[in-house]
Amino acid sequence: MPELSHVEGKNVGTIILYALSTCIWCKKARNLLDELKIDYYYTYVDLLSGEETAGVKDTIRQWNPQCSYPTLVINSESCIVGFDEEKIRELVK
Amino acid sequence: MNRNVEISSEAIDRLYNKLNREAEQSGYHLNPDIMFTKDLVRGLLINENRYGYWACPCRLASGDKSDDLDIICPCDYRDSDLTEYDACYCALYVSQKVLGGRKQAKPIPERRPPDHIRKRNADAIKSSPLSRLSLPVWRCKVCGYLCGREEPPEVCPVCKAKKERFERFI
Repeated sequence: MPELSHVEGKNVGTIILYALSTCIWCKKARNLLDELKIDYYYTYVDLLSGEETAGVKDTIRQWNPQCSYPTLVINSESCIVGFDEEKIRELVK
Repeated sequence: MNRNVEISSEAIDRLYNKLNREAEQSGYHLNPDIMFTKDLVRGLLINENRYGYWACPCRLASGDKSDDLDIICPCDYRDSDLTEYDACYCALYVSQKVLGGRKQAKPIPERRPPDHIRKRNADAIKSSPLSRLSLPVWRCKVCGYLCGREEPPEVCPVCKAKKERFERFI
């Protein structure tokens, strides 16, 4: 697994965001997590090396078979596919 | 690979203006939220530096052009998404409804099939039988333009997509 970047904030579980650095919806997802001051980890999959990319894609596929971005995995239990503002906001409710 | 090339605001403006002009000429519309749209144009320029082509900024390109052809902007899925959701996957392109403010562009589901299904589809096309027409019919996968000739044109006369974006249709 590549190293994940950590953004400190309010702990609502282990939140991992798989994103692309060029993707506008991924940016909106990060901005919303920041705005809600949620503690989360993230990685930009397009900036990883080939080997790392394959491993991360396998992980993402377990949660989101389409392997699209952003994919937000919560507590290794559930996931939010795409920038779903409502569902992300519910994380802090 | 160039990963962190700085993209100048002049380069973004230049490409934005070009795409906007070409879109309007052919009945398409860029997202009227200019900040949003220019951010996507920046993504296109970053990907041009990285891969040598305008891979969709909201999808993960493989870097192998033949595998990424369907997601070179404008992607093969733009028209279907405009029809169904009034925006393409990134919302770089939007319908008249969104342009006129009667609907807001929102994130939409991914229409591109996952890797293993794309591969299966490509294999099925290769093994399909040829028809008895005097000439093959080629289809532009970007805009749907059809033509009967030995080879697809160098550039689509309607949407200017390159020859490699054509598929043998019949």
